[in-house]
Amino acid sequence: MAKNIRIIPRLDIKGPNLVKGIHLEGLRVLGKPEDFARFYYEHGADELIYIDVVASLYNRNSLHNIINKTAQEIFIPLTVGGGLRTIEDIRSVLRAGADKVSLNTAAIKNPNFIYEASRIFGSSTIVITIEVIRQADGKYLAYIDNGREYTGVEVLAWAKRAEELGAGEILLTSVDRDGTGSGYDLELIKTVSDSVAIPVIASGGPGKLEDVKDAIIQGGADAVAIASMLHYHVIKEAEFDSGLFSEGNVEFLKSGRVFTNFKSEPLPLIKKYLIDEGVQCRLYNEQDTYAGPK
Amino acid sequence: MPDLNKHQVAIIDYGMGNLFNVQRACASVGLRSVITADKDIILQAGGVILPGVGAFGDAMNNLKKMDLVGAIKDRIGLSKPFLGICLGMQLLLTESEEFGGHKGLDVIKGRVIKFNSIDKAGRKIKVPQVGWNRVFFNKIHPAFQGAPILQNIPDGEYMYFVHSYYAVLDDTSFVLTKTNYEDTEYCSALLKDSICATQFHPEKSGLKGLRVFKNWAQIVSAHSELMKK
Repeated sequence: MAKNIRIIPRLDIKGPNLVKGIHLEGLRVLGKPEDFARFYYEHGADELIYIDVVASLYNRNSLHNIINKTAQEIFIPLTVGGGLRTIEDIRSVLRAGADKVSLNTAAIKNPNFIYEASRIFGSSTIVITIEVIRQADGKYLAYIDNGREYTGVEVLAWAKRAEELGAGEILLTSVDRDGTGSGYDLELIKTVSDSVAIPVIASGGPGKLEDVKDAIIQGGADAVAIASMLHYHVIKEAEFDSGLFSEGNVEFLKSGRVFTNFKSEPLPLIKKYLIDEGVQCRLYNEQDTYAGPK
Repeated sequence: MPDLNKHQVAIIDYGMGNLFNVQRACASVGLRSVITADKDIILQAGGVILPGVGAFGDAMNNLKKMDLVGAIKDRIGLSKPFLGICLGMQLLLTESEEFGGHKGLDVIKGRVIKFNSIDKAGRKIKVPQVGWNRVFFNKIHPAFQGAPILQNIPDGEYMYFVHSYYAVLDDTSFVLTKTNYEDTEYCSALLKDSICATQFHPEKSGLKGLRVFKNWAQIVSAHSELMKK
């Protein structure tokens, strides 16, 4: 009996907005993250990831508000990352409503931070984000500050070290593939997933259903983060005009120019496709006699 | 004196993990809760939740340091509603093999052991289990079919798990639900008198998880009503 693979919408956040860029840069505003989060929750998302993409550079009060709003109405695990540097930063994000935190810059600068944070909050609360850029010689190196800053740290060694220090999961993001729709970096996923015992969440690159399947079956990912494919669906076909979603530059977004290389796919359909392809994942049954918080 | 009308439920705070979302789940089903280490509140609250994530040994050390072991055992002795979640379920058992072995609260006889890291085919298994898995009723015990805590939860429902260790009960008649992870079938929830405990996280398991809280809230208020008579 295989395990259930998690499908995790990834929401990149800048200030109060959900954004999406290419290679973690060139950000477009898509709408309000809490609107998209609620929609994904109601359509069977297994978890959610919020990454504050500019938090290393600016302050993050608005992120706390977004987490707080989200946590009042969604009851699946929420991982929050971006600019968390201290134990107190982690505590305040958990207090706001996150279930887990993801650490990158602060952990690479001070690996002991992983040990300290996992002792205090439990390994299962600490996700290590590795932002990867493949070098000309084929080597995979970890970057910080959303792929902006070179560290020279080799990815596989860093993943193993993070595991030893107490990390509970690895969010493995290919900066090269992010926002391109050209598919996950399967070699990267396989290399890391085969070498650590903790779960690896593949991130960066899916543009169509087959890409998601490949990350799981060929790459051995334990979970997949998906952004543009899902966001595009929401904008293009979901009840974006129904008042369920806040105002945004809808016409421009609907034109699809932001999503040239992506097929729009709703979450339940992605899961159905995966199950047909032999991947085990949680089937979501909307029927329930308890409607949840008002 | 603690105001028990204000705080229907005590969520025990012993320094292990994130309790805020347990509190939010309580609020969403109308349970007024307080996160506390106060022994009087723990003894008197209508319901008590022992949550927790992290290491078994650290958890027991914290409970001892904070002098809560006696209070929790006394509380359980009162036969009032008690809910253990994740590590809070494991702590109820006699002992854990985690990092050389630790004694637990010994309220339920049994041991806490680790998932295998390799399957029968020699393939590596990811430990901890992180994610959704199905929860099946223990059909050997028909009395559990109608257990109030499982009202409106379909057999085989998905719940969210994060754990490396699982509970093995000496008396399997306390096994409420079973779950299978990588060919290991284990006890994913237990029920003994007024004690209910889940290995999964109902507070992270969507509407079906909230339904568990809703059911437990009804158990708590039914018990409180009974006490008034």
